Amino acid sequence: MSVVEAMPQGRVEIDEVSIMLGRGAQSFEAVRKLSLSIAPGEFVAILGPSGCGKSTLLGALAGHIPVGGGRLLVDQAPVRGPDPSRGIVFQHHTLLPWRTALENVAFGPKMRGEPRAQRLASAAEMLATVGLSGFENRYPAELSGGMQQRVEIARVLINRPRLLLMDEPFGALDAQTRLMMQSLLLDIWSRVRTTVVFVTHDIDEALFLADRVLIMTPRPGRTRRLTEASFPRPRDVQLTTEPEFARLKRQCLDLLRPDADDQPLPRLTPLGLAAAGEPERRRSY
Amino acid sequence: MAVSSLKDAGPARAGLRVASVLACLALWQAASSAHLNLGVVTFANTPGPVEVGGAAVELVRSSQLVPHLTASLARVFAGYAAAAVLGVAIGVAIGRSRFANDVLLPPLEVLRPIPAVAWIPLAVLMFPSSEGSMIYITFIGALFPIVLNTIHGVETVDQRLIASARSLGAGRAAMLREVILPGAAPSIVTGLAIGMGTSWFCLITAEMISGQFGIGYYTWESYTLQNYPDIVVGMLLIGLLGMGSSALLRRAGEFATPWRRVGRAR
Repeated sequence: MSVVEAMPQGRVEIDEVSIMLGRGAQSFEAVRKLSLSIAPGEFVAILGPSGCGKSTLLGALAGHIPVGGGRLLVDQAPVRGPDPSRGIVFQHHTLLPWRTALENVAFGPKMRGEPRAQRLASAAEMLATVGLSGFENRYPAELSGGMQQRVEIARVLINRPRLLLMDEPFGALDAQTRLMMQSLLLDIWSRVRTTVVFVTHDIDEALFLADRVLIMTPRPGRTRRLTEASFPRPRDVQLTTEPEFARLKRQCLDLLRPDADDQPLPRLTPLGLAAAGEPERRRSY
Repeated sequence: MAVSSLKDAGPARAGLRVASVLACLALWQAASSAHLNLGVVTFANTPGPVEVGGAAVELVRSSQLVPHLTASLARVFAGYAAAAVLGVAIGVAIGRSRFANDVLLPPLEVLRPIPAVAWIPLAVLMFPSSEGSMIYITFIGALFPIVLNTIHGVETVDQRLIASARSLGAGRAAMLREVILPGAAPSIVTGLAIGMGTSWFCLITAEMISGQFGIGYYTWESYTLQNYPDIVVGMLLIGLLGMGSSALLRRAGEFATPWRRVGRAR
C-alpha cells in the first residue's frame, strides 16, 4: 500500500452556518449564515480581514469550535468534535517537542494502534514525500520553521484525511520559504489528493494555490464573493506575473479594501477567542 | 543558564570558587581561634574547622556513621517516594479535572502553610511507630512543592498541542501519556527537586524529637552532650546529603527530558 494514492472522499457542505464566540455579555457572532459547497479534492482558499472569522470557520470544520446555527457536513456526516479524518495545520507548528520528526509523523498511526515498525516505516515514507528524508531523528527544535511545517503536514497527511485544514500555515515564514512551501504543497497535493481548505490573508497565496477563493466580510464573517481561480495546473511561480492573475488580484484587493469606519479586530484562532496557550474554557479530555 | 556548574566554568572561575570556599574556612578558623566577640554574635564557644575536621574523622572511623546515614536515607527515601508518587498523581488530577480541582485543592491549601515541625505532635499520635511518624513528616514536607509544581506544569501545557493531538486521534489516556506528562515534565522535575530539599530538612526536624539513629538525632544528641564540633559535622552532613540528592535528581530529570538539551544547545 502506497502513501501516495487518490482520496475519493471529502465533500464539504457548509449550510447557513453561524458561530458564536465568547461568553455572556462579551459573546459575539464571529460567522453569520455562511454557505459553501466544496467538491471532493477541491482546493478552496478563504481570504478576509483579520478577525473576520475565517479561522473560526476552519476551527469549526476541525471540530474544535461548536457551530451555533446551520449545518456543517463532511461526506454527509455532521462534524462532531475533532477527528483524524479532518487534519488541521496551524500557523505555528504543534509538533510534540519531546518526539523526533519521525515519531511525530507516526503519532496518528500510533493512536490507531499500528505496530511500531509499521508506523515508523510509513512515517519515513511520508517524511520523504514532504522532502525531509534524513531528518527523521531530529527534534522539532532542531528544524527550521519551514521544515517544522513540512513535518506538521506529513503528520496530518499520514492519517489520509478527507479534509486538510490549514490556518495561515506559511504566515510565519519568510517570503522565500513561503514561495517554496506553496509550490511544495501543490506538489504534495497533486500526489496525495484531498480536499483542502486554506485560510490566508495573502491574496497572491490564495490565487496561486486554490481552485476557488472565498472572500469574507469583516465581523460577523459572511460571504462577500466566491472567485474562481481556474488557472491550469501544474502551476508555477511565473503565474503570479500574468495579466489574468493581476486582474483577479486587483478584484480581490477591491473587495478586501477596508471601509473608512472599519475597526481593526484582534486575530481569532481555530481554537476560539483565546490567545495561544490560554484555553477559552477549561476542558477535561 | 543563570548558574553554570563548576564543570562548564573556565579554570580561572573554578579556581575562584574553590578559593572562596577556602577563604570562608580560613575566616571561620581565625574567628573561632581568636574567640572573636562582635557583641551581637560571638565565636567564643564555637568550634573551628580544625576541630570539626577532627570530629568528622572520628565519626568516619567509628561504627556510628553508617547506621546514622542509612537510617536517615531510608526515611527520606520512603517519605519522599510516597510524596513523589502521590504528589504527581494529585497534581495531574487537579490540573486536568475541574472536579478534582474543587474537591482536592481547598483542603490542600489549608494544610500547605502548616510547617512540618507543627505536625510532629500529631504525627506521633497518628502513627504507632516513631519510624512511621518520621517518614510521615518527610512525606508532608515533600508533598506540597511536588503537587503545586505538577499542577502548574499540567495547566501550562500548550492548548494547541492538546487540540492538535485530539485532531490526530489521541484519547484520554494517550493524551495524558503523550502530551500532558511530557509537557509538564520540566515543572514536575523542578517540584521533585524542591521537594527533595524540603524532605531533608523536615526529616532532620523529625529526628531531633525522636529516634535512636539518624543524622538529625546525631546532631541533636551532640548538642545535649555538648559535643559542639559534632554538631557542625551533623549540619554539614545534612547539607551535603541534601545537595547531593537534589543534584542527582536534576541529573535524572535532564536524562528524562532529552529534547530540552537540544533546545538549549541551539
